[in-house]
Amino acid sequence: MPNRVVITGLGVVAPNGVGLTPFLEAIRQGHSGIAHDPILEQLQFSCQIAGKPELSQSLITGYFSELELKNFNSSGILYGVIAAMDAWQDAGLHVAATAEPDWDSGTIFGTGTSGVDKFREAVYKIDELQARKLGSNVVGQTMASGVSAYVGGKLGLGNQVSTNSSACTTGTESILMAYERIKSGQATRMLAGSTSDSGPYIWAGFDAMRVCTFKHNQSPEQGSRPMSASASGFVPGSGAGALVLESLESALSRGARIYAEVLGGNLNSGGQRGTGTMTAPNAIAVQRCIATAVRNSGIEAKDIDLINGHLTATSKDALEVENWSIALQRSGTGFPFINSLKSMVGHCLSAAGSIESVAAVLQLYHGFIAPNLNCEDLHPEITDRIDSTKIPQKMMTKNIEVIAKASFGFGDVNACIILKKHIAS
Amino acid sequence: MDRQLLLSKLKTIVASYSHDKDALEYLSETTDFTKDLKINSANLVDVVLDVEEEFDIEIDNLSMERMLNVSAAIEIIESKLKEK
Repeated sequence: MPNRVVITGLGVVAPNGVGLTPFLEAIRQGHSGIAHDPILEQLQFSCQIAGKPELSQSLITGYFSELELKNFNSSGILYGVIAAMDAWQDAGLHVAATAEPDWDSGTIFGTGTSGVDKFREAVYKIDELQARKLGSNVVGQTMASGVSAYVGGKLGLGNQVSTNSSACTTGTESILMAYERIKSGQATRMLAGSTSDSGPYIWAGFDAMRVCTFKHNQSPEQGSRPMSASASGFVPGSGAGALVLESLESALSRGARIYAEVLGGNLNSGGQRGTGTMTAPNAIAVQRCIATAVRNSGIEAKDIDLINGHLTATSKDALEVENWSIALQRSGTGFPFINSLKSMVGHCLSAAGSIESVAAVLQLYHGFIAPNLNCEDLHPEITDRIDSTKIPQKMMTKNIEVIAKASFGFGDVNACIILKKHIAS
Repeated sequence: MDRQLLLSKLKTIVASYSHDKDALEYLSETTDFTKDLKINSANLVDVVLDVEEEFDIEIDNLSMERMLNVSAAIEIIESKLKEK
């Protein structure tokens, strides 16, 4: 019998809330975490607004030693470690003080790049013929698996410790990879999550592609407009989300609080065939990913109460809604409720899937649907297909049984996960 | 440079990398960086860089390899200071 897998801990470092309680409050109230970014303005970016978590020095020193912070310059690792340690604690788990690692616990903690600011620092030194003066910590902060290495060390994890990377799908993929490992009995507990660095050196490439909005530099909070007719590109963001996944048996035996059950999901790719390219999705693959996730989860499409979409606030939002509608064979008033956290936090890139999944679990557990901001003017191609009442613009108190969460990324990659409210039997 | 002054400067440098604060307290010329002070071996290179900066000297790779304890460090620092 494969293990059933549940979520018992959450941690988040988001542009509109650092820590679970502030984040829960922010997504209930519809607080935007998007602000004007003076550095982007100074560097003459087209898009000069961003979603960036605010961390005080005193908070940071609660997670890192003085030595670790010496020459530390990796925002992604910073966010990832804080979210991960918070999730571990939230799950009621302790960090083993023993010399022996926790063989049954591991992590899949994804990222797009690691320590881009540290890397920049190193590149300058190398070019100034100062390679010998780099010090010992460039590798740890700039290797892709830096974040999982830091997390593994902090928590003393002795099972698989790895970093996954699949662009904006990364966070959702990490949850599914962790789920599979527990389901198959190879681990009891896995910390799933993902992070993304902050700042111009991460966001510039997107700005150069003109996929970020340049129309809201004076009105940052209105900048991220998923599903809106006036959506004009995404707002770059950063942060990290973390979820403790655990076998149901383990969670029950230690009396842990269970937020939700991971019923299953699916990962696939459109192979950059058909309408798919490096940057555009193959619609057939997206539909197939969603439909397969539903089937793998042992539910039917009609069971889904809420969709937490990828919905980035580009011209592709209408296509995404169409894909959901076709995959689930639901439309009009028969369509599930749908929301996008990106209206509040922007597009947190490799961290998007995990931050949004934390938000999805919170909505499931606390029984509410977070509002969609900035879509007073819903895109007509969206309202042609689904009823506007299915896109709540105010927070709705509502019991939700099943959420479908999807993320899509560059490289034509897709992930969809199905979460169910856990009812104690 | 006075030996005591040199030792106290070195102590300040290694303090931020040492994981054994007691051993640090009793730092002497026989103190070993990794065995006694429990400095992570990867951080030895950072100790050397901090020493270079503090004393405005350059420590070559061969000397760096030998700089594993307080007495070797003092000897190397003193000889590099003389070369200046």
